[in-house]
Amino acid sequence: MGTKILLDKINIPGIKTYEVYRANGGYASVEKALKTLTPDEVTEEVKTSGLRGRGGAGFPMGLKWSFIDKKSGKPRHLVCNADESEPGTFKDRYLMEYIPHLLIEGMITSSYALGANLSYIYIRGEYMWVYKILERAIKEAYAAGWLGKNILGTDFSLDLHVHCGAGAYICGEETALIESLEGKRGNPRIKPPFPAVSGLWTNPTVVNNVESISAVPWIVMNSGEEYAKIGVGRSTGTKLISASGHIKNPGVYEIELGLSVEEFMNSDEYLGGMMNDRPLKALVPGGSSVPILPANLIYKTAAGEDRLMTYESLSDGGFATGSMLGSGGFIVYNDTTCIVRNTWNFSRFYHHESCGQCTPCREGTGWLEKVLHRIEHGHGRMEDIDLLWDIQSKIEGNTICPLGDAASWPVAAAIRHFREEFEYHIRFPERIKNRDHFVNEPFEKVRNLV
Amino acid sequence: MEKYTYKQEINITPELMERINELASHYPEDKRKSALLPVLHEVQDAHDNWLSQDLQIRVAEILNIQPIEVFEVVTFYTMFNQKPIGKYMFEFCRTSCCMIRGAEDMMDYTCQKLGIKEGETTVDGMFTVVGVECLGACGYAPMMQLGDFYKEHLTKDKIDEIITDCRAGKITLHDK
Repeated sequence: MGTKILLDKINIPGIKTYEVYRANGGYASVEKALKTLTPDEVTEEVKTSGLRGRGGAGFPMGLKWSFIDKKSGKPRHLVCNADESEPGTFKDRYLMEYIPHLLIEGMITSSYALGANLSYIYIRGEYMWVYKILERAIKEAYAAGWLGKNILGTDFSLDLHVHCGAGAYICGEETALIESLEGKRGNPRIKPPFPAVSGLWTNPTVVNNVESISAVPWIVMNSGEEYAKIGVGRSTGTKLISASGHIKNPGVYEIELGLSVEEFMNSDEYLGGMMNDRPLKALVPGGSSVPILPANLIYKTAAGEDRLMTYESLSDGGFATGSMLGSGGFIVYNDTTCIVRNTWNFSRFYHHESCGQCTPCREGTGWLEKVLHRIEHGHGRMEDIDLLWDIQSKIEGNTICPLGDAASWPVAAAIRHFREEFEYHIRFPERIKNRDHFVNEPFEKVRNLV
Repeated sequence: MEKYTYKQEINITPELMERINELASHYPEDKRKSALLPVLHEVQDAHDNWLSQDLQIRVAEILNIQPIEVFEVVTFYTMFNQKPIGKYMFEFCRTSCCMIRGAEDMMDYTCQKLGIKEGETTVDGMFTVVGVECLGACGYAPMMQLGDFYKEHLTKDKIDEIITDCRAGKITLHDK
């Protein structure tokens, strides 16, 4: 059993309520920070911890905090990004649903560090029941004096509210999230200026993910140095992994960064191996936007080393042979999975979710979806494969926000690693008439046919 | 913009107004527009889960913003319905993780059972079935959203049960 930082109390009966959470040491980090540490000292602890943003980008959290403009004289804000919408990712919901006060505690301590007196948790609208859970928990925290004016008799005051989105993946991008929080369409902003300088209502703002903020209480209580001892290299601490697909035990797991992918996949403590013991075909380790890995690159890197659950090891070799830890949305596919259908499915998602602001993304995602649809449905042409490659390469890096990249990478990786499967679809359209066309035609057979 | 002709009775009750004011109080006095999305959710829930243009104009008046500011938001976010839908809207997640665990079959089964196609509403106005993009329940697939709640690990038997419960009025749609 590895160290548990976020989920260590999750199985305590009633931990969702304030009374039980408090009785089990909850809100101690607020006490410690407000009474014994300066805001800069809290920031320093987070910097020392090496904690990297757990939303997917992996940017060092303490460094991000240090960018906040403290000289402008404007109000500052902390906004928690709870707009979890990346296919394969469902970890933040788990934290908020089962231990909501952990996030609230983290919000208070983090707001103190940033000098923010008005903070928000922006949650996706579909998680409406979780929104209500948070709303009730915030009321409890106000009633207990952890929120409001002069918390614990100090000069620090904080108002915290939960705000719901309404079904737009793009609002997980921090500037789109801010636009949405201002009551507008979720169109990403051009950066710079970065939110740390001009964010919510043009005030200096830090946007952090649920999981990142929830780690702050532990860091404050145990020190950044202790946190940095967990993990490997620059991948410090623990990480929530949400696992789905063709595995025996789907769910949310807290792992120490550095665990091997093989152990995570096959040990009974974690995923328990493949569902129905079918062969492993592919893996998306960090949510739908990251490149898919074929079976031969999952447990070992291209250099033949054990593949680890770290930012570095999962990306080893770049996109040619690696992927990304991303949000930790771990999707496992067995040999019955049609990669073309799956790629088309992802492309449909990105086309649907493009905000339409940038032409390469607005037009390109739809184009990708259409071409993939026709290949999957037996009307593809051999030149379509190169066309897909060309389209995705013209979206990547040419948009205001990373949605364009997110739409490109899955297509590029699918062609890179599973080109034979695309060719099979085009050469043998009569064999792909139904949606389950690979259940009786495993990939190895496909590979031999083309 | 095309004017929808669907009629809707507007009923901003004192309780709803109180809730709207509470939500608006979460933002600075001069930033009431920020309350737009949460307010639209509340208003939609109280009006049979859809927002006519007249209702959108009423929301604009309440928040003291221009109607266009409401229209552009309603047309951007997928959770706001611009025309009447069934009392029970089954929103099946159809993205990768759900797809590989049988979401398409579950949706087909539901449509077949209700005698409609995806995107349609039953003639009695009771049910609508739609496919939607990722709902963040990937480990509990296949699943659907029904009102404020998720129905996960769906099987054909579970779908039968949900439909029966809807018809019997046993399903809670909103967590108020």
